[in-house]
Amino acid sequence: MSNLLLDIKNLRLSFFTPAGEVKALNDVNLQMNEGDVLGIVGESGSGKSVTAYSIMGLVPFPGKIIGGTIDFNGHRINDMTEAELREIRGNEVSIIFQDPMTSLNPVYTIGNQIREVILLHTDMNKEQAHKRALELLTLVGINEPEKRLKQYPHELSGGMRQRVMIAIALACEPKLLIADEPTTALDVTIQAQILELMIDLKEKINMSIIMITHDLGVVANMCQKIVVMYGGKIVESGTSDEIFYNPQHEYTKGLLRSIPNLSDKERKKLIPIEGSPIDALNPPAGCPFAPRCDKCMKICLREMPEYTKISETHECACWLLQKEMFEASTGGEA
Amino acid sequence: MGKIIEEKKKNRQPREGALVEVQNLKQYFPVNDGLFKTKYVKAVDDVSFYIERGETLGLVGESGCGKTTTGRSLLRLYEPTGGKIFYDGIDITNADMMPYRRKMQIVFQDPYASLNPRMTIGDIVGEPLDIHKLAHSKKERSERIIEMLDRVGLNSEHANRYPHEFSGGQRQRVGIARALAVDPEFIVCDEPVSALDVSIQAQIVNMFEELQQEMGLTYLFIAHDLSVVKHISNRIGVMYLGKLVELADSYELTFHSLHPYTKSLISAIPIPDPKMSRQNKRIALGGDVPSPLDPPSGCRFRTRCPYADELCAAQEPEFREVSSGHFAACHHLDKIN
Repeated sequence: MSNLLLDIKNLRLSFFTPAGEVKALNDVNLQMNEGDVLGIVGESGSGKSVTAYSIMGLVPFPGKIIGGTIDFNGHRINDMTEAELREIRGNEVSIIFQDPMTSLNPVYTIGNQIREVILLHTDMNKEQAHKRALELLTLVGINEPEKRLKQYPHELSGGMRQRVMIAIALACEPKLLIADEPTTALDVTIQAQILELMIDLKEKINMSIIMITHDLGVVANMCQKIVVMYGGKIVESGTSDEIFYNPQHEYTKGLLRSIPNLSDKERKKLIPIEGSPIDALNPPAGCPFAPRCDKCMKICLREMPEYTKISETHECACWLLQKEMFEASTGGEA
Repeated sequence: MGKIIEEKKKNRQPREGALVEVQNLKQYFPVNDGLFKTKYVKAVDDVSFYIERGETLGLVGESGCGKTTTGRSLLRLYEPTGGKIFYDGIDITNADMMPYRRKMQIVFQDPYASLNPRMTIGDIVGEPLDIHKLAHSKKERSERIIEMLDRVGLNSEHANRYPHEFSGGQRQRVGIARALAVDPEFIVCDEPVSALDVSIQAQIVNMFEELQQEMGLTYLFIAHDLSVVKHISNRIGVMYLGKLVELADSYELTFHSLHPYTKSLISAIPIPDPKMSRQNKRIALGGDVPSPLDPPSGCRFRTRCPYADELCAAQEPEFREVSSGHFAACHHLDKIN
């Protein structure tokens, strides 16, 4: 039995904007064991990135955690001061951002930026840090590392920059790597390289990965466990086989129906999810997906459903499942 | 020799039944390199294809391969450096475009940047009507606008609002309504769904298909996502560094691709199915796409190709018809397949 690495309980987070309170996260519960690769799937505004950022204590202004707890590797993240958080960031948990073009500092060399992390978090001296930086670049598959260390970000291609980002993230061999859409800005052949690299490195230094993406193909490839988010809520979670072959939530089902599959031999019509994403300022009172759901019932608009356990690993929040459960327990008489 | 010249002459005739055709299209952009030196980025280099009436031709490739430029040069939004463009059998390479703009329209990638934030949705959709003088009275104009909005799943209420009040999917619908306003025959769809959420993409893709059936439209569908392109297109062309490397029926291309680049592109696409993706054997490509300022000699793909040899460096492969309707440009097709 592997150890619990991350435990988020009833996390609630809001952005207090001039236009009003935006509830970005609404009672999010998430557990993750050491060595897991967890995928968080959802559309823009579903709260997937904010969840991940809050693990690092990086809630962007004007956001605020208003309830719940985050326990990571024995630390209670909510109660930590900025100085304590800085100890963890980059050391025990690090992050790769979506856009490799903007997340590197353009006025420092690659070498400078990698060494900075090492010098900050370890007792190494400059020479050792330089050696380590070389090692890291080799590890992420960059050729001529000695030359690259002296180059500036603009001299590298997108794929290379993302490799450098990964090298920086891995500098202190973190327990957890958060990858926020790490390949969205890259071409598919480069994406394939980067994903392969991440899986490879995970095995080598035994870290866990949280993969945030909207691409169901990427999670199917990489993750054992998947969390589906919609409107600041986790609507379904399970192993990748459970999510792909036995989806329970109407949103998950709709999502899977709406993507074209390259390996389909016949031409199928796509079945889109009708309607628009929710208005974050005026979220629905009940289930966030209810306004777009085909099988919406009266109660869905009023109240948020509890989670129904389908298996040991598979959970889903939908009133339809609650109804089924209730009918089963009363022998179908109700 | 005489035969070749004869064949070339024959090629200059536009293809029968093709609505749009480009022959040896070239688009070079000058780049300053040093004080007095000018280099050229060959964004599109010697590309030829045709699109039949009512057909959808997909164009895929990685960023910087020239697919967007091809679409824009074809509409003469850029003046092509070389080659010929035919519309319905007529050479429009040097023609006055005004009458053709009514027939050829474009839907842009970014629905946030392609709508003027200071214009109402009604005016955005109405502008092409004004330019082409298609509405004879105010009443006719507003009726036409509402008809267009209706067609793309919006309604008359939306006409007085501004772009910022809409979501990405809705804005893309406005962009489509604007393209449809002049009743075109041909639309270049330049990455129309890439900026949208997955659940919205299917709505827009389906709408393109429905509009095509209702209005008999012809599309050039440009995207980097091969799964979407395969879904909507009859035929697909694959581009690499300004060149067309393979072109075939969409089924043929996805399941019986010939060119090594197409093969690796297909194998790199993550399949949204855990069991299948575990079995999927990836053909990994090393390295990055070379700079289009300095493309490799001979075959442009050779620096990343596992089969490349001296011949590939010395000579550029011909884009030839391998089997009926299936074109590919590679020296070693027999060896590879």
